Amino acid sequence: MEKLVPIEMNINYQHYRLNVSPIKRLLDVLREDLDLIGTKECCGIGECGACTVLVNGRAINSCLMLAVEADGADILTAEGLSNNGRLDSLQEAFLEKGAVQCGFCIPGQLIAAKYLLTQNPHPTRQEVEEGMAGNLCRCGGYERIIDAVISVAEKGEKQK
Amino acid sequence: MHDFEYIRPKTIDEAVSFLDVHGPDARILAGGTDLLIQLRNNDIQPSFVLDLKNIPELQTGIQMKNGFVSIGATVTMSELIMNPLIDRYFPALIDAAEVVGSVQIRNRATLVGNICNASPAADSAPPLLVYGAEVIAVGSKEARHIPLNDFFVRSGVTILQKGEFVASIELPVPRKKMGAAHVRRTRRRGHDLASVTLCCGVEETGTVRLCYGSVGPRPILVVDESGVLADERASEEAKAAIFESMFAQASPSKKSMRASPAYRLAMLRVLGRQALKLALERLHEGGK
Repeated sequence: MEKLVPIEMNINYQHYRLNVSPIKRLLDVLREDLDLIGTKECCGIGECGACTVLVNGRAINSCLMLAVEADGADILTAEGLSNNGRLDSLQEAFLEKGAVQCGFCIPGQLIAAKYLLTQNPHPTRQEVEEGMAGNLCRCGGYERIIDAVISVAEKGEKQK
Repeated sequence: MHDFEYIRPKTIDEAVSFLDVHGPDARILAGGTDLLIQLRNNDIQPSFVLDLKNIPELQTGIQMKNGFVSIGATVTMSELIMNPLIDRYFPALIDAAEVVGSVQIRNRATLVGNICNASPAADSAPPLLVYGAEVIAVGSKEARHIPLNDFFVRSGVTILQKGEFVASIELPVPRKKMGAAHVRRTRRRGHDLASVTLCCGVEETGTVRLCYGSVGPRPILVVDESGVLADERASEEAKAAIFESMFAQASPSKKSMRASPAYRLAMLRVLGRQALKLALERLHEGGK
């Protein structure tokens, strides 16, 4: 019989104490146990980026991390981007630039973009391409996704 | 995923004692970017997964100690890329770490894990071999210092014994001025496994250290002391002859999906010239 492991995490600024099965991935716990279904499962082998979340500020594939490994971690998922119903500037930009087609990859794209901009607030187009190479969009909406990320970086510049 | 128990030791001793008893039924977890895929696909069904990330003795990061730069078992590819010591002395290792997977993968995948998986296509293997890396293995007996060139056996197999694991990798700070560069060939830009990997290091004395991977069961390291490759006045024919003898050990598999043997062997020649050019540029820029 599987032995449940007690863990604690902060997810989207909220504290959770959970008993998780060691064979559950972080992705499974987010989606199945906590109903945070913004984070998607697609390839399951770390190639598509649909399950991207921030763990202690770093973008990772939640399909390649056991939930027990996240014990003590701070986690941000797409649900945590908006604040009291106000969309994050990246979410606004994705809407404005028409970057969302079917929408399935978008939560992962947003988190990957969030991470990219914290590491490099003013990326070139090529740096956005490189930084988001781990997020596939089967609709092929890459150009508009990149436009959206760059528009946020440019707005940040103007505010300064 | 098959049932397993999650073990989180706090010391190296604790991990070693556990592996002594349960070694064959346990798998070691660091970054997990390969292990989780094997678990998910039920390619492996261990009874225990032993996570090394909570052992302070292994969280040594990247540090300089008497002429060596030591890289601990939990150091990720992203940490490697951003480290000033690695940038200063081992830039070809950064070339390699930068092309491993995607950002998400690099934020989790460890250098030590890349070596322990012993994939012939491991991006970090060629630069580590060119720089003369040693592996520090711990187990129930005394810790062993193993030259990386003796560590790899064949695809997926290392000389680690039952219950042993790698605590760190040590790189000697080059004594002579050296330029080195790592290049690779993939089917698509972005993240993909390499069809051919190659690292070239040129010392100021003209000695060339070349290491190539993904063209045989393990990466191959060859050294040429003739000085011809670094000699600007040497003819292209003379250089090609040296390269030919250096590539003699390449034996790409016919079964691999990623590229045919003929393609890999042809690309090896292209990458050899490309990496040599970059390495010489770096040598002339003052050694990097």
